[in-house]
Amino acid sequence: MTIAIGAEAPDFQLPDTSGGSWSASDSGAPATVVVFTCNHCPYALAWHDRIAQVARDYSERGVRVLAINSNDAERYPRDSFDAMKDRVAREDWPMPYLHDGTQEVARAYDAKVTPDVFVLDAERRLRYRGAPDSEYDDPDAGAAWLRDALDAVLSGGEPARPETKPVGCSIKWKR
Amino acid sequence: MTVELLWWEGCPSTERALQAVREALSELGLSDVEVHTREIETDDDAREAGFVGSPTILIDGEDLVPAASQETIGLSCRVYRRRDGRVSPIPDPDDLREALERASRRAEVKR
Repeated sequence: MTIAIGAEAPDFQLPDTSGGSWSASDSGAPATVVVFTCNHCPYALAWHDRIAQVARDYSERGVRVLAINSNDAERYPRDSFDAMKDRVAREDWPMPYLHDGTQEVARAYDAKVTPDVFVLDAERRLRYRGAPDSEYDDPDAGAAWLRDALDAVLSGGEPARPETKPVGCSIKWKR
Repeated sequence: MTVELLWWEGCPSTERALQAVREALSELGLSDVEVHTREIETDDDAREAGFVGSPTILIDGEDLVPAASQETIGLSCRVYRRRDGRVSPIPDPDDLREALERASRRAEVKR
């Protein structure tokens, strides 16, 4: 079921690629970005650097960015947990990369595509859901929609654009 | 010359890819070339077509960008590289235009 803007988002506990474990709650963060992404989708890859830059730019303000891969690794081996670990080892990731092997978190969030971005406030209420920005093909777009939402949440306001259409590859559900 | 675009519904890039093909054909004065589309619906379809991702553009039956060895056959979105190195869900417009131009020249030689 789709989470309404303003509703409490589901909590979760997921492993990252470094042996850690992450939850959507109890962080004390003023905002948490949950982004469903993956290794093999061109849209997720095209937007990756912009989302990573958001993680870097907002870390000093206490914002957490949690990247989650929920794809069925049996049919898409490039999204296996081992492939996730390899990727993080090769690249500079400023955010944890979490494995949703049961796909329960993607289902709980009603994630549709990669990337699918959810911004939660300190009370884990959903404040933004959608695409990082208006154009995967324009690096200068800079994840502006995500940044606008974070700026609003951090300043105690309401995002001017709380929902946009997520654009990307469908989540690869298990059969 | 034949142009065929293979697509899978799980990727939102089909329309943009079709538009790119038609624009390239138009720029080359080949607007009369019909672009055929074929939906790849199942894993069996993908295996039969050697489909490594959506969109795949075949010009005279040959893949515009030959599949790399690590690309696997199946229902997924295809990763292309622009000439500047950026990842893209559709081919670089220059790659597309040059491939169509080569095919057009081959067709002229055969006449």
